[in-house]
Amino acid sequence: MKRFLPSTMAPAIAVALALAAALPITAFAHKAWLMPSQTVIAGENPWITVDAAVSNDLFYFNHVPLRLDNLAVIAPDGSKVETQNAATGKYRSVFDLELTQPGTYRIGITSHNLTGRWEQDGKPRRWRGTAATFASEVPKDAKNLEVGESISRVETFVTNGSPNDTALKPDGIGLELVPVTHPNDLFAGEQATFRFQIDGKPAAGLDIEIVRGGTRYRNAQDEIKATTDANGEFSVTWPEAGMYWLDASALDDKVSMPQAKQRRLGYVATLEVLPQ
Amino acid sequence: MRVTLTIALSGLLAMPAYAAQFDVDVQIPQLKVAEYHRPYVAVWIEGADSKAVADLAVWYQDKDTKEGHGTKWLPDLRQWWRRSGRTLDLPVDGVTGPTRPAGKHALGFDSTDPRLAKLAPGSYTLVVEAVREVGGRELLKIPFTWPATAPQSGKAQGKTELGAVALAIKP
Repeated sequence: MKRFLPSTMAPAIAVALALAAALPITAFAHKAWLMPSQTVIAGENPWITVDAAVSNDLFYFNHVPLRLDNLAVIAPDGSKVETQNAATGKYRSVFDLELTQPGTYRIGITSHNLTGRWEQDGKPRRWRGTAATFASEVPKDAKNLEVGESISRVETFVTNGSPNDTALKPDGIGLELVPVTHPNDLFAGEQATFRFQIDGKPAAGLDIEIVRGGTRYRNAQDEIKATTDANGEFSVTWPEAGMYWLDASALDDKVSMPQAKQRRLGYVATLEVLPQ
Repeated sequence: MRVTLTIALSGLLAMPAYAAQFDVDVQIPQLKVAEYHRPYVAVWIEGADSKAVADLAVWYQDKDTKEGHGTKWLPDLRQWWRRSGRTLDLPVDGVTGPTRPAGKHALGFDSTDPRLAKLAPGSYTLVVEAVREVGGRELLKIPFTWPATAPQSGKAQGKTELGAVALAIKP
């Protein structure tokens, strides 16, 4: 898939929409998520479909779609597989996936972005792109230039038949979830353990927020909070069955280009907890 | 008299050298619903640690339909799928079969069956799980010890997707 290429010439509304949809999620109050039609499935080449959206309430597509430009699906054997019937509408993106292998698939949207802000003729200017496009798209003498870097991941997991771990191997870039408990083996009343890492090293002291779906039908978020230990691990005992949204974010200065001052890291997973 | 004698003998010998009967009755209730589909049913034995040690029977839609192959819905037998189903290469000879209609279904096994013969002495649970398309799910358990040194019987009464389930072991 082609990278999303921003244009400073695009109408302000389109830019705002694109920013809200694809920029570091945690920088905004909205929640990004992938919602698979099933997380546990069996048979010969079954299909699933996945919604991708950004919204305040979980899991309803009523704000902006989550763009699929950086969508990647890792198959149970570790290879990258293609999705089908991808479309982006007003409120959500959608795509289908045929599960031709038994085992666990990792579905993720990973955005690695550089953003710039500066003033030109007294007006604010914005830029988004890569280190390669920075030189040609941002003026050398940009006034009050501020450059930021972000890596965000939005993931979910689907298993055809018996779960396996090959697709769960981390890339070692940015903030990543490393399951200790398999993400398709979560049950109400049972404890699950996950590890977070940043650039492949344990992310200690990271704040985790977990919210169960269906927020529209209750008066509180009922969020579960946790903090990772020295190994980057935390545990959660699922209070009830449902789809859960897991979120973590971090800020550091391990930037990939000298103009950037800080790096924002985000991670989101949609996890299904099954009843006993 | 002969039965009594057998029990006494088996009690003395502790390990009967002949086949013990292991009979399971599963009742699928008749339901008055607008849209009825036969339930998927799994019958298996769990060890003391809740791990599945033997699959006795699994009834599911094992043919292709216009809605896709019936294996797609096997994970709805949630506990069985987690404990055993997902690691199996389906279908399994002597275990899996097509769905069955409402009524009482008798399953007979004996201790020479490799699934029972391999069980180490100890406490076990017979588990029966049923799930029905556009319906509900129910799971019943009957504990027993193996090998049987005396006759054992157990009953469990379902309320929704299962009727009476009974286990009778005759050493």
